Amino acid sequence: MAYIHYIDRTHEYYRSQGYEKTYNYAHNEDIPFTPLARPLSECRVTLVTTASFLLLDEEGRPLEALKMLGTNEMEVFTAPSDWPADRIVSTSEDHDRYQTDMKDVNAFFPITRLQEILKEGVFGSLSKNFYRTLPNYSHRKTTEVDGPEILRQCLEDKVDVALLTPV
Amino acid sequence: MEKGGLSTVTFTNARDIAAHAGNPRQIFLNYPLGNPAGRPHDVENQREVLRAGLKLLEDADKAGIIVDLPHVWSESNLWMKKFMTDEQPFLSEEGEARRQERLKKAREQKARQSQHPFPIVP
Repeated sequence: MAYIHYIDRTHEYYRSQGYEKTYNYAHNEDIPFTPLARPLSECRVTLVTTASFLLLDEEGRPLEALKMLGTNEMEVFTAPSDWPADRIVSTSEDHDRYQTDMKDVNAFFPITRLQEILKEGVFGSLSKNFYRTLPNYSHRKTTEVDGPEILRQCLEDKVDVALLTPV
Repeated sequence: MEKGGLSTVTFTNARDIAAHAGNPRQIFLNYPLGNPAGRPHDVENQREVLRAGLKLLEDADKAGIIVDLPHVWSESNLWMKKFMTDEQPFLSEEGEARRQERLKKAREQKARQSQHPFPIVP
């Protein structure tokens, strides 16, 4: 199957733009593995993404201002798992804009699909909130600040399964 | 998150980045970036992608499995060749300006912090 080799492609692209330093993509030697603790039909499921989006109120106004990445503040944002997809608007720029827009939120943050699948009884419940964290390029920030915070909230909410949709 | 006790599945459009990262369970969907969970406006397709992820969750017996979904974005593979090239720059001019602004802020913050002898507690 032909597919894009993004690591090489991004290195070549940014080098051609005059950036000498290449980005060091994350790599884990030891991959952890937690087997499902119970049947899927009894599991609580959450969704975590790095897509940027805003939640809108019933008048179509953003609930909060868009935050920029690149700071050391914790960058974990929540969306209630029963939020309607037509009140979510993408502000992402990490996509192939010549092929796709981000107008269908479910293509990268499948909140409606999960709400539907829940009704079908495939899993036990959804977590109270779904999560997004900014695609911060700092490994340290992700592994020491944002990731642990998402984990902490998930453990508090007794989440069993996390579906991740990086963008 | 897996180390913390959750079972996870990652849905990706970037097979090599995900394979390099080493995630416990991965679903690769060979679509342009921005569509890890399926084709926009195609409910059945999105359900298939999610179902594949849930099946992997149930079936995987070890870490590092990548399932390559058979779905094809378009008849032509030109989109793969053109992505992130001079012909199709990744960011628009405004997008690039925003990116530079963010990098500048990050550098300034880093410079401020290196002037402090003690770590700043968030």
